[in-house]
Amino acid sequence: MSATMMKTEAAIGVWRLRWRRFRKHRTGMISLVILAALILFVLAAYPMQWLLGIDPNAADLFSRFDPPSPGHYLGMDEAGRDVLVRLMIGGQISLLVGILATLIGGMVGVAIGISAGYFGGKVDNALMRFTDGMIALPLLPLLIVLGAIDLTKLGFSQDFARSGAAGFWRIVVIISIVDWTAIARLVRAATLQIRERDYVRAARAAGASAWYMMATHILPNIATPIIVSFTLTVGRVILSESVLSFLGFGIVPPTPSWGNMLNNAQELVTTAPALAVYPGLLIFITVIAVNFLGDGLQHAFDPRSER
Amino acid sequence: MRRFILQRIGQAALVLLVMSFVIYSLIGLMPGDPLDVMIASNPGATPEVVARLRAIYGLDQPLMYRYGHWLLAAVQGDLGFSRTHSQPVLEVLAPALWVTCKLMLASFVISVSLSLILGISAALRPGGIVDGIINLGAFAGISVPVFWLALMMILVFAVKLHLLPASGIANIDDGGFVDHLRHLIMPVATLALANTGGFTRFVRASMIETLRMDHIRTARAKGNAEGRVVLVHALRNAMIPVVTVMALSFGTLFSGALLTETMFAQPGMGKMIYDSILSNDFNLALSGLLFATLVTLLSNLAADLAYGWLDPRMSR
Amino acid sequence: MTELLNIENISVHFPSPGGRVVRAVQDVSLSIAEGETLALVGESGSGKSTLGYTVAGLQPPTSGTLRFEGVPLTSRTWPAARRKIQIVFQDPFGALDPRMPISSTIAEPLLIQRIGTSASRMARAEELVQQVGLPRDALNRYPHEFSGGQRQRIAIARALSPNPRLIVADEPLSALDVSIQSQVLNLMKEVQEKLGLSYLFISHDLAVVNHLVDRVAVLYLGRLVEVGPREALFGKPAHPYTEALLASVPRIGRKRARNAGAIKGEMPSPLNPPTGCVFHTRCPRAQPMCSEVVPVLEAVAGQGAHQAACHFKE
Repeated sequence: MSATMMKTEAAIGVWRLRWRRFRKHRTGMISLVILAALILFVLAAYPMQWLLGIDPNAADLFSRFDPPSPGHYLGMDEAGRDVLVRLMIGGQISLLVGILATLIGGMVGVAIGISAGYFGGKVDNALMRFTDGMIALPLLPLLIVLGAIDLTKLGFSQDFARSGAAGFWRIVVIISIVDWTAIARLVRAATLQIRERDYVRAARAAGASAWYMMATHILPNIATPIIVSFTLTVGRVILSESVLSFLGFGIVPPTPSWGNMLNNAQELVTTAPALAVYPGLLIFITVIAVNFLGDGLQHAFDPRSER
Repeated sequence: MRRFILQRIGQAALVLLVMSFVIYSLIGLMPGDPLDVMIASNPGATPEVVARLRAIYGLDQPLMYRYGHWLLAAVQGDLGFSRTHSQPVLEVLAPALWVTCKLMLASFVISVSLSLILGISAALRPGGIVDGIINLGAFAGISVPVFWLALMMILVFAVKLHLLPASGIANIDDGGFVDHLRHLIMPVATLALANTGGFTRFVRASMIETLRMDHIRTARAKGNAEGRVVLVHALRNAMIPVVTVMALSFGTLFSGALLTETMFAQPGMGKMIYDSILSNDFNLALSGLLFATLVTLLSNLAADLAYGWLDPRMSR
Repeated sequence: MTELLNIENISVHFPSPGGRVVRAVQDVSLSIAEGETLALVGESGSGKSTLGYTVAGLQPPTSGTLRFEGVPLTSRTWPAARRKIQIVFQDPFGALDPRMPISSTIAEPLLIQRIGTSASRMARAEELVQQVGLPRDALNRYPHEFSGGQRQRIAIARALSPNPRLIVADEPLSALDVSIQSQVLNLMKEVQEKLGLSYLFISHDLAVVNHLVDRVAVLYLGRLVEVGPREALFGKPAHPYTEALLASVPRIGRKRARNAGAIKGEMPSPLNPPTGCVFHTRCPRAQPMCSEVVPVLEAVAGQGAHQAACHFKE
């Protein structure tokens, strides 16, 4: 029996092909470099603190608004704290919130989208009505209310409710509660396509459970759109975090985040405009890089997309 | 079609009802309670007095019961009293709504017009230089934090250049039409810029797709001038999804309005909701949020209808 | 021969937009014996794939009973029966999960049915991959490295893995090149002889059917119009629709009878099937009674096994 193996171009691996396509996407590549640099930047907080002996949260009222100097390259803020190190640590917090909230909200979105797409019918109808309703709501006021909730009324202890960890996790959780809709819709659409493939039918004919089918056949085959939409979501989450922290409902000082560093910047915009420029600029650069990265990934993953 | 409309209205009413309960419960979880100001101003109040007050205001009743009472009153037009404004909620809401409407309408019109021009220009030659620049601008628009954009505007135009006022809706000693207009420029520009990015990307994508369709090729082949093909044949088709998305963006627009109003101290709905949450003005926060939801739902309803009207397949 | 599967008065209806009902399969009764191959033929839209899906447990019937090895298949008895009924699909490109290595694909029914250990399942996959004529190193590769014919072999290996008694083959050859078709057909014959399998072979290609099958069932608009042993049915079709189908097959060395039963018009919509005999709108023998009375499936004169549903069978 002749069974010659066909060695096709595809055999070099789909990921290498995608990498080739991605490299041609100029803004995507630039964004990748920028994001790598940003990560190095925020991680540089540790050696900086250690080498220069800086405590990012220690106020020093004698050095308020000090101009840049050796050892304090971007000067001091309104409480006499080193601006550069606070920018680095604030970046860690903002990026961490962005990634964590995306992962948690993304899991909610994937679960809802895949159930709606796989089960169809009434389940689909109910879940998608819910999702559409969520999309249409004015989300910022809702986020503010969620951010204002008194954790002690939910049964948490006083100590926990006031701690920095509570502030951090609260914002991760409330953003994930709200920002899962785009992923859910996308996952649903992708699931609908995969559900009708014969390999899914074959597994069903063999008696596979819905759980098996989703985990084994559907999830791996919709991984690419999920990666793209997770990337784009990270950008949106970083924006939401900065807004909430700026308005005073997010990361609580003295822990810095790019958003809450702008907290006082409005009053200070006449005296120390630089303090208002740096954090916002970093948010802007990060989010635009993440968005371009998502655009580049989409291009690389979709063989039909021309530019 | 009529059945479709009625169905949608029913759905919107249901969403509003569910939201009112969700928001009502969430507001109850905010710090403090409606009595704390009263108690703070009467240091002599004994625990017995407090308990009696709580009973009078029904605060010792279960959540569902209180919600039911509130809903019954709300349906009859009684939304309660704003404690920070010392006025009935409706009287606080109405002028704020007007400020927000002005802001949102002006920036919506500007961003729609801008995004149409930019989106179409970009779609004419995808991958070209013009497209590249517009695309970069659009990405910048969706990536910029709105409040920071406002801050930068204030820094440049108010602090450095002294061209425009940084806050408020009018000067106390002036208040003429031109003065009002000058106060509107920065808030409107900020909100418009923030929305133009997303709209432009959408117009561009929809337009590129339409221009690839067969009937557009036919129109070209028949010798129609390119401008005519783009503006007459393609635009109408491209507008169907665009209109839907724009109408559905009301929620986002409102979130942006909240930020711009707060940044530029405009006494609109957004700032009012924000302030009421900060100052534990429960009734005002609740009504403001529900009002925003209601208007969002109405705009979604309008989007559905516009879609049905634009797309001949729907109007069967 | 003992009967393996009985299809008893099976109907499959789908709801369609506007509250109407598509009668995809209407009151069909058939049986398949141990080691037998039954062909299900008909045009697209005849309901043959739907019936195949019902047998494979992918589409619950609206009414009627499936009996496997004498046991009626209910939600309680289905799970155990699933390993004994497997399915092979038409499109070899959609039939294999692109993200799953061949070894896991072949062993998948065993995994789902929790048969054996992971080592024994891999051993079974290795055995099967050789049985269907692929090299052993195929096991760790992915579907995109294989041609259509090779993929169909893999799909057959997957169907064979839990030692089934019946394989539903839904047009397994029609997506393949003609030169490959005969190879895959031979493979199917080979494993049948070796394992004593039964096939429910769904096809619109009568030439292929002629090579493989023992009996043929003809479906039209969801109804069974004729069934019988291959020689009898092909040699002397009793139903005008079967006659027309056969006439449409070009055969080498046989002159095509001119206009003999050529089908006129198009198949009516299964949303709105004709009254009486479903074929009367296109039938050359149609009489007034055909549009009123539904013909029953009856033995053709002198032969018990050959049955047709026609008021005027020849």
